[in-house]
Amino acid sequence: MKPAPFAWHGPDQAGAAVALLAEHGSDAKVLAGGQSLVPLLAMRLTQPAHLIDINGVAELDTVDVEEGGVRIGALARHRRVERDDAAFRTQPLLRQALRFVAHPTIRNRGTCVGSLAHADPAGELTVVLAVCDGTLDLRSAAGTRTVPAADFFLGPLTCVLTPDELAVSAYFPALPRNAGTTFVEIARRHGDYALCGVAAVAELDRDGELTRLRCGYLSVADVPLVLDLTDAWRSDPQDAGAQAHDAVDPGTDLHATADYRRHLARILTIRAAAGAIADARERVAA
Amino acid sequence: MTEPTHEIALTVNGVRRTHAAVARRTLSDFLRHDLGLTGTHVGCEHGVCGACTVLLDGRPVRSCLIFAVSVNDHTVTTVEGLADGDELSPVQQAFGECHALQCGFCTPGFLTTVTAELAENPRPTREQAVDMIAGNLCRCTGYHNIVDAVLRAAELSRERS
Amino acid sequence: MATRYVGQGVQRVEDRRLVTGHGRYTDDIGGGTGTLEAAFVRSPHAHARILDIDVGGALDVDGVVAIYTYEDLAGAAAEPLPILIPHPALHAGRTGYALANGVVHHAGEAIAMVVAQNRYLAEDAAAAIVVDYEILPAVVGLDAARAAGHTVHDDVPDNVAAHLLQQVGDVDTAMKDAPHRLELDLEISRSCSMPLEGKAVHARWDPDDGSLRVYSSTQTATSVRAAIAAKLGLPLPKVEVIAPDVGGGFGVKIMHPWPEEILVPLAAMRLQRPVKWTEDRREHFISSSHERDQQHHIEVGFDDDGRILALDVSFWHDNGAYTPYGIICPIVTSTQLLGPYKPGTYRVEFRSMYTTTVTVTPYRGAGRPQGAFAMERTMDRIAQALGRDRTAVRAANFIQPDEFPFDQHMTFQDGRPLIYDSGDYPAQLGMIKEIVGWDDFPARRAAAAAQGRLLGIGIGCYVEGTGPGPYEGAHVQVLTDGSVEVAVGLTSQGQGHQTVFAQIVADELGVPFERVRVTTGDTRRFGHAVGTFASRAAVMSGSAVALAARSVKAKALRVAADALEASEADLEIVDGVVVVRGNPTVSIDLAHVAVLSNPLRYAFDDAAKAATQFARPADPDRPPVPEGEAPGLESRDYYSPPRSTFASGMHAAIVEIDPDTSEIRIDRYCVVHDCGTLINPMIVRGQVHGGVAQGIAGALYETLDYDEYGQLRNASFMDFLMPYVTELPDRIELGHQETPSPLNPLGIKGAGEAGVIPVSAVLAAAVEDATGIRITRMPLSPSELYHLRREDHTA
Repeated sequence: MKPAPFAWHGPDQAGAAVALLAEHGSDAKVLAGGQSLVPLLAMRLTQPAHLIDINGVAELDTVDVEEGGVRIGALARHRRVERDDAAFRTQPLLRQALRFVAHPTIRNRGTCVGSLAHADPAGELTVVLAVCDGTLDLRSAAGTRTVPAADFFLGPLTCVLTPDELAVSAYFPALPRNAGTTFVEIARRHGDYALCGVAAVAELDRDGELTRLRCGYLSVADVPLVLDLTDAWRSDPQDAGAQAHDAVDPGTDLHATADYRRHLARILTIRAAAGAIADARERVAA
Repeated sequence: MTEPTHEIALTVNGVRRTHAAVARRTLSDFLRHDLGLTGTHVGCEHGVCGACTVLLDGRPVRSCLIFAVSVNDHTVTTVEGLADGDELSPVQQAFGECHALQCGFCTPGFLTTVTAELAENPRPTREQAVDMIAGNLCRCTGYHNIVDAVLRAAELSRERS
Repeated sequence: MATRYVGQGVQRVEDRRLVTGHGRYTDDIGGGTGTLEAAFVRSPHAHARILDIDVGGALDVDGVVAIYTYEDLAGAAAEPLPILIPHPALHAGRTGYALANGVVHHAGEAIAMVVAQNRYLAEDAAAAIVVDYEILPAVVGLDAARAAGHTVHDDVPDNVAAHLLQQVGDVDTAMKDAPHRLELDLEISRSCSMPLEGKAVHARWDPDDGSLRVYSSTQTATSVRAAIAAKLGLPLPKVEVIAPDVGGGFGVKIMHPWPEEILVPLAAMRLQRPVKWTEDRREHFISSSHERDQQHHIEVGFDDDGRILALDVSFWHDNGAYTPYGIICPIVTSTQLLGPYKPGTYRVEFRSMYTTTVTVTPYRGAGRPQGAFAMERTMDRIAQALGRDRTAVRAANFIQPDEFPFDQHMTFQDGRPLIYDSGDYPAQLGMIKEIVGWDDFPARRAAAAAQGRLLGIGIGCYVEGTGPGPYEGAHVQVLTDGSVEVAVGLTSQGQGHQTVFAQIVADELGVPFERVRVTTGDTRRFGHAVGTFASRAAVMSGSAVALAARSVKAKALRVAADALEASEADLEIVDGVVVVRGNPTVSIDLAHVAVLSNPLRYAFDDAAKAATQFARPADPDRPPVPEGEAPGLESRDYYSPPRSTFASGMHAAIVEIDPDTSEIRIDRYCVVHDCGTLINPMIVRGQVHGGVAQGIAGALYETLDYDEYGQLRNASFMDFLMPYVTELPDRIELGHQETPSPLNPLGIKGAGEAGVIPVSAVLAAAVEDATGIRITRMPLSPSELYHLRREDHTA
């Protein structure tokens, strides 16, 4: 399982990387962490003529935490973001979700932005970006555009990134005050792609009443799905589960049927939402 | 037309090594066949089994998912670099004592991983020890003895220091 | 014989080289010697006629040295691959060719071999070869094979490779007369060995010598040697095969000769360059072998106590595209299904069916897991029908301790009568019930149910015929420096043979363990052997090693008695020194005995002087090498038992089912097993742990998913779910029983497969106990269990 030959480019500046994409983009792939790309190359499922290796572009290895949110550069490894305490305080879903991404060894090399650009609806960070209403900055020779999560993902492994664009950073807005989060996932083996995963964000008012419940869904639709379950939950948590059950559109494969995934969406919605509300209550109390 | 080669320099187990390789040469193949360090094994070439795990700048990575050219000028530790001359490292000794290996094929990946993890958390609970090895496959042992070995290695490290 | 090592958990001698990264697996060998590498063009189609192979594109790839297709094979190499174990019931056995000859019968079958400067270039060239196919209909699954709407092999119209019926007693009458009758259908689906190291071959041709050396990641160096010699037309002494360090086998590597084991040496000979091939993971999935897929129909007649009066089993075995290993797996199912029981009458009939999928050859257990599943689910069903305890029903059917040797009146996989030599099943049952807390469990289950939790318990029993022949041998030699060289012909894949055989020799000979070096799987060192499979190494080679060591000891005492002018009966060997019992001042080092045992004309070192003709007075009428003896302190001995020896065991498990998600968690897993005398308890425990892990994997995680076109959909570790540590229970509670085998000098029975055999049966039973749902098919995933529970609710 050896890759087909490619021309390798190792720019040390983002601008140079973008210029290379302008020239070769239609037959090039960007290599950062490689944890998703290299297996595809090894199995010859993709055979780009050019590989733009950005592992030398130090300026992209950034994690910037501000009050408003966390900006993650293209070369920041999962591990770095997972362990960043400031990032965790600002947007806890990052660490909560990253703990489910494969195994620590994979997280030592894989990058957050790379995961997002890969656009796998089973990728944990895609649902976090969606449920926080995050954005991605895409840079080409023509300039940089910011694309919101809701517009970025088009389908399984497909997104709006054009062949001449480099995803340079992702922005995860901060968790609102008086809000709590929980990320739950069920997989066949620890570290596997989820059969179903839910990222829940619950906002409370000062009296501890639920003002907003949003849940993002992993592996049960072609793109990360976000549902507003505020009214349903307030009516009855079972209704929120039912709404999720009906809204998701999973497929059947060797590991689970669509029906079972739908069933998990129901169960995990309730678990995740209850967890997020409890988390929010703790924060309000603190 | 011949594929272009790149001159790759790595510090491997404390020694600066250089060798030419094509861009698509994986780090695992580079270590094994260009540098002759066959202790790192290749089990799947898609990053799942962990047999190829080496330490890159001190942190465990899947060498089958890295091209040697991407890590030019970096530092790599392989299983051959764990012992101190003839003296086995605490992790190596513990694996032997606890019968934590049978065929030995997955073992180098476990040894490097556990070495790095224990350096970071020298007093793991059993649950933490399980977490440390949760990303490596073994087909022979059923893992129980490997968890024991992690805890024993921690104990040996403490004894030696 | 003083036992200092046998019975002890001696740390393994293999470990140092393996933990320091100095193991030598086949792909590690021959670095920097200009070794060429092979890659293969493999069929993407399950069933197709090859119309044309265009290698033009491949010839342009830089670094390509040679390309081979079927046309390039000659003589025996062009003949079909052998059927290793022929059997009269295998009336339509079929095998493939080393490279496809016109038709392919499974996706993954080798069509062309490319040899190039390295594997990357070889794969580039292979990708550039264009094959023109006429696609033929695929036949996937037993249902399709039976229906025979399409055939796998043109000349086998019903897709039946073999049909075998065995009967003991008049089943029909006993069934008719039985007070109670039941019928059930059970299924186990396809899985595979999946060692972490795939297959690998490295071949070197020596043109000066006209000899071939082949390293192969195999479970049988001697048989691979014979096959290569036959296929390449070489005299046997001109072929050497070595199994170096092997990264796991679990059965898949007992199959031989793989096409690559013939083709890589062939290329080495023709190119006069060393050639190697290392299987990648995808190749292993689609061109090694699989196993386990069987459908069983069972009818059973029993009395009020649950004693089986009539057992009528018919089953279908999916053997994939070819039958190179014969019908060993279904024969093992047929015979080992009986387990520790003595049904009044028994009939078992199977048909082995062709499908256009990867060939089926033994995987750890080799048909026993299916047999245990069939028998144990039947026992559970009987108990349910009668409202009796599941262990009471089993106990009513046990062969009793005083009934050994017990003849089941069948022919076992070694061609010998199925006669159990020893065992104590009632005692084993007592042990496992105690360990798992069987009698207390109903209360535990009820208490959990009151909290809305679903707990269940299952039990499974098995008997395993181990150590089948025909023989194994060992060579033991004491060198003149006092060290002991041991060679056995069979191979190692992690079982610690270099340690356990050294333990035996150290005890038998009376030498320090550290002085004994063991070599396995090297035809240069030992030429006659069978191989490592069927849990036979300890029994067969362990016994041979003991016999050879005893022969050496006897000779050592003879030579020492002569040198010391003492009586043999008064001598013993302690720590490598021959001493007079009770008078240790009169002694002679074993090293010196080795020198004296080989009368010399020329002394090549100081020690050797003692053996030369003027060193000691000699009896002028006695020849220096006595009649019937050989020079040197060594012996080559063989162990060839009349039949297999029967190990046994019982497993019990407690599971908890998540009522919401149907996830299955193993709360406790308990094992009691009997493998006779233990040479190294630590190693045996490791074998059981590993076997249980594979058994749990097979029960809850692993399956091979073919679509209707014969494409394997989960041919990677991402989708073939081998468990990590997190998927297995914390610990296995292990109890041990020892009923020594009367058939071999050390009383050993095999342990290699013990862990895997009853696991699917046990977990199916436990899940059924927790949920009340009939589990008739394994493996079982949470999704599948969810659906079963849902159907059950609506029903």
